[in-house]
Amino acid sequence: MGKIEWAMWANEQALAAGLILLTGGIVGVAGQFRDWEFAAYAIAAGVFVCLLEYPRGKRNKGTSVERTGQYCFTVCVKSFGPLTRNYYVRAFLHAAICVPGGFILATVLGCVCLGIASLIYLAAAIRGEQWEPILPRKESARKPVGESIKLPPQNPPPRPPAEMRRKRAEDLEAAAYVNPITVTANDD
Amino acid sequence: MTSSWLDLQVVWMAINIFLFLWFYFFYDLGDQFFYTRHILGSALAWARAPAAVLNFNCLLILLPVCRNLLSLIRGSFMCCGRTMRKQLDKNISFHKLVAYMIGLMTAVHTIAHFLNVEWYYNSRLGKYDDLSMALSSLDDSGNTTFLNPIRSTTTTPTLLVFTSVAGITGVIITLSLILIITSSMEVIRRSYFEVFWFTHHLFIVFFAGLVIHGAGRIVRSQTTTNPPHNATFCKDRIDDWGKIQECPVPQFAGGFPQTWMWVIGPMILYVCERLLRFIRYMQTVKYRKIVIRPSKVLELQLVKNGFKMDVGQYVFLNCPAISQLEWHPFTMTSAPEEDFFSVHIRSVGDWTQKLIITCTDFKLETIGIRMGVDGPFGTASEDVFDYEVAMLVGAGIGVTPFASILKSIWYKFKDSNPKLRTRKIYFYWLCRETHAFEWFADLLQLLEREMEERGMGSFLTYKLYLTGWDQSHANHVMVHADADTDVVTGLKQKTNYGRPNWDKEFEQVRKENPTSVVGTFLCGPAVLATVLSKKCVKYTDVDPRKTKFYFNKENF
Repeated sequence: MGKIEWAMWANEQALAAGLILLTGGIVGVAGQFRDWEFAAYAIAAGVFVCLLEYPRGKRNKGTSVERTGQYCFTVCVKSFGPLTRNYYVRAFLHAAICVPGGFILATVLGCVCLGIASLIYLAAAIRGEQWEPILPRKESARKPVGESIKLPPQNPPPRPPAEMRRKRAEDLEAAAYVNPITVTANDD
Repeated sequence: MTSSWLDLQVVWMAINIFLFLWFYFFYDLGDQFFYTRHILGSALAWARAPAAVLNFNCLLILLPVCRNLLSLIRGSFMCCGRTMRKQLDKNISFHKLVAYMIGLMTAVHTIAHFLNVEWYYNSRLGKYDDLSMALSSLDDSGNTTFLNPIRSTTTTPTLLVFTSVAGITGVIITLSLILIITSSMEVIRRSYFEVFWFTHHLFIVFFAGLVIHGAGRIVRSQTTTNPPHNATFCKDRIDDWGKIQECPVPQFAGGFPQTWMWVIGPMILYVCERLLRFIRYMQTVKYRKIVIRPSKVLELQLVKNGFKMDVGQYVFLNCPAISQLEWHPFTMTSAPEEDFFSVHIRSVGDWTQKLIITCTDFKLETIGIRMGVDGPFGTASEDVFDYEVAMLVGAGIGVTPFASILKSIWYKFKDSNPKLRTRKIYFYWLCRETHAFEWFADLLQLLEREMEERGMGSFLTYKLYLTGWDQSHANHVMVHADADTDVVTGLKQKTNYGRPNWDKEFEQVRKENPTSVVGTFLCGPAVLATVLSKKCVKYTDVDPRKTKFYFNKENF
């Protein structure tokens, strides 16, 4: 079990918990039962948790799969810096958020689910995991080519030293070659 | 999608809808629930209808994962043709479908019951009309029985849930279900298999809780009294209850818990399945040969008493030294004609990596590491031997079952097996790179050699398509263009780069076999299946004496 990234599962659990909290909150408010204010809180808390947990973090090993359209959420979450990067913060945040949900029936399930997510995040934090944003890959697929390739050549092509280029007088046969293009005498 | 899979889904959904509607109207219209509905409204029916659907689906969910039992059933359905067998092979897809339904119905059931509890609570506190108050005051004492399960006025809905059997079990099993679902998400399942597998065993908690969930019998209906109490008549005469002939005090009783009746059968079957797996695991598996192939592919040749396989099937392997509980599936690469069965294992995860390292460093048999084998499973595709001409297309990892098929065809051919009608095979191997498949190239080389020895060089025509070529590949090939064998695979037939031009291929097959029936088989992505089936239609001649192409939607 060495390579488990608990944060990945904690993320799924927290997102589910957010949705359950939200649903329970809606039911509680719609039913207008006793202490429905807790349900109203649960709606807000559920939405907040969903927004926070929607962008998946980058995996340490292997390819990270993004959720559909998560890029704008990634940018928002990333902007909070260490608050969202650190999983201890998330663990305690979720533990705190879930408590009011336990007061009424409609949201008790969301509360427990979020509590479990908080525990898994704690495990992730203890193992030193961190939330890294999944950013679009830069186009480094092609080998990086310098700008100078676009300018015309400044130097002549490399060629062997002059001694080797000069025709050998002793061996006229070997020194001769056929010009591919007809040579006209330089008349100036 | 095969039509029998679609049929199964339609039948299943029809049963779900039927159960939902039946029980909805049973609770929404039944006279015995008249008083219950007075307090709860239609939320009663909205809670009980999903409960029925849940009973049905919890019955079903254990069945598709009983792979050994399904194998046995499949064996006895051999006579019924392939369609039944293909159905049974969609097991995991069906398991997931049923699981989604359980999740959905749990949500509806839970929400409806949460509402019910709140309404019962309010009714007990007298917040509703007199009838509700009267009904809720009925107590389990003397000659009255209660309707409203909330007996005390100082409790809260949450407290009720946690002090009743139904409530506690409900919360526990819903939590188990949620944990099972979140750990079964594709991301978790594919990358952290252990989390998925161990959390999934919460299903034991789920079923245990499910069976006792109804033991509290808190859904109450009105029982027949003597003389009978007519609710429509008596509902406006609350003060006369017990005083007049027509309205004795109404009596209530809870419904007999039924869930256990639905799920006990599958639970027993599942226990048998796990027992069977254990027995198979305990059977001795001997190692015939262990070979490390190029690119660190491990070939295991194993022998097990009474093991019989068909082409293209797979087995589950378990190596307790690496992991006690993990079973991993591998397609078999040996032919049924051989006296052993083999698998080729690539390093794709923790378990396979550890296995390969163990085999590289030591020899498994010398340190006596046991291996458990479960199987074989999977549809055997016998059709592949029926066609005069066969076009076999293997893409990527999909090439693995073809090792088994090609070997089997060759064995059958050498033995002049009458079951084999194939006279010519065209094999197309598509992959991004041959890394980790050099063993397959070796197999092709071997077959090529054997066929040449018998002067049967034209029996098998194969083409390799490397779809992941780059400039260095191209350079390499240009330099070695004159070599006799291919530089990449060492095979006599040259490697092609890029994807095949199927029109050209089909043209060639048609030209070389002007009067034959050609069967096309694919093990690869669904997109390719669409392309190939279209080409089969396009190149089939209307004239029955000319070439006909049949695309087989086999799923190896």
